[in-house]
Amino acid sequence: MYSPAIIFEAVLNGLMTGAVYALIALGLTLVYGVLHIINFAHGALLTAAMFAVFVLHVAFGIDPYLSILLLAPLFFALGYGLQRFVIGPASHGDDQNILLVTLGLSILIENGLLAVFRSDTRTIDVPYGFNVVEIGPLLLSQPKLIGLAGSVAVAILLWLFMVRTDTGKAIRAVAKERLGATLMGIDVAHVYAITFGLGCACLAVAAALLMPSFYVNPRVGNAFVLVAFTIVVLGGMGSIAGALIGGLFIGMVESVSGLLLGESLGQIGIFLIFILVLLLRPTGLFGAKA
Amino acid sequence: MSEAGKSGALLEVSGLVAGYGVTDVLRGVDLRVAPGEIVAVLGSNGVGKTTLNKVLSGLIRPRAGNIRFDGADITRATPRAIVEAGLIHVPEGRKIFSNLEVRDNLDMGCFARGRARREPNRERIYSIFPRLKEREKQLAGTLSGGEQQMLAIGRGLMAEPRLLILDEPSLGLSPLLVEEMFALIRRIASEGLAILLVEQNVVQSLALADHASVLENGLVALAGPAKDLAADPGLQKTYLGL
Repeated sequence: MYSPAIIFEAVLNGLMTGAVYALIALGLTLVYGVLHIINFAHGALLTAAMFAVFVLHVAFGIDPYLSILLLAPLFFALGYGLQRFVIGPASHGDDQNILLVTLGLSILIENGLLAVFRSDTRTIDVPYGFNVVEIGPLLLSQPKLIGLAGSVAVAILLWLFMVRTDTGKAIRAVAKERLGATLMGIDVAHVYAITFGLGCACLAVAAALLMPSFYVNPRVGNAFVLVAFTIVVLGGMGSIAGALIGGLFIGMVESVSGLLLGESLGQIGIFLIFILVLLLRPTGLFGAKA
Repeated sequence: MSEAGKSGALLEVSGLVAGYGVTDVLRGVDLRVAPGEIVAVLGSNGVGKTTLNKVLSGLIRPRAGNIRFDGADITRATPRAIVEAGLIHVPEGRKIFSNLEVRDNLDMGCFARGRARREPNRERIYSIFPRLKEREKQLAGTLSGGEQQMLAIGRGLMAEPRLLILDEPSLGLSPLLVEEMFALIRRIASEGLAILLVEQNVVQSLALADHASVLENGLVALAGPAKDLAADPGLQKTYLGL
């Protein structure tokens, strides 16, 4: 049997990893909740964002955390443009087409990155990469702790934006009642593009929070998005709070089952949860009834 | 057209043809609403009332014909431009934002128009519909059918309409609530707001309206002052079962 301190540390480590999972899931659930589509390019866009952090650091010496200031707006604009000028027009109003368009985009992005960066796995060196923070008997990785704080901060900001601002309320209005929103003069295409942009900005922040303690290669985003899908289903499709709590929970499950079953089997716990949720509560913890 | 413009019509629809796929639902509709007037568009299911509303608010493009609002051509305008011009459509089935609070629903009403006077307008709407004030912080999805209809109308009023289209406001309400709804519409109209009332409820609509048009098969079968239509033997036979 493991000592409580070790279990506790595993739980905390899981929460820290889970927070970044949550941030990735946040973008996915936001786009699903409003546009009612699954964005299959989410993983590829995360990979692209991680390479962007990598390039900014290697070529220009910009600190990954500082690069958020540049990359979050840039990825917002990228997402806005993608939805407004590529995904939206190419779908001709049909959801199946959107799935294919986003899948096509992900293939394009992945192979573009493969052509430029080859399939090598790369990391960045930051002086604080292996710093630890001592809290009592616990040793916690500093980059991961920053990842937790950053992710929770973004989730809270996003939630405040959705609840307090007119644009946020318009996004929620469009999500629920597209026709009613159109008749109030809300431009649905614009709202869709803003939402997609917000999802991409979340990815940029997640990428910057990941890079000090993680690696990047042209396929790295897929592993994260698989976990993010589980979180979205667990938390309830379209729910911000669900994504945050689901992400923290899934990170914890992965970490604790990794401790009990061995590192390489840690993800078994995640997919066990996934199956249980689908069987017992298919709408997720915070999901609306179908 | 210019003659009609001079005569001061707020909404002037002429020769409107619209439909879906290969079918024309509207086959040449003419309609006119003067400022401050209530015009009823009557007809049973499937005659094109909803299609007419969708064309007027820019949701579908007409195939032929012309729509002028306040002297400007809005035939092919976007829904947003039409809202900005002050032509506000309260849709059939309410289409309120059930996931937002009552107050936020109202605030979304002035998203494109009337934002500067949001607070006084909201207070005015609360004075017309005190029930909405009581339920200000409740999610709109928890309201009763009648309250949801009040909210939909209130949300439309937030945009400071110059012409309000009410699509089947009495649909799905109990007879008592239908009475109340018509009384409320009369009250809103008494402040000088022009209303295009699209209804299946012929008796009460004719009692309320100044003018009325009866749609049949995508055409205006009968039009005139509401008093005359109420006395029309053909209409009485078809719709009132007399």
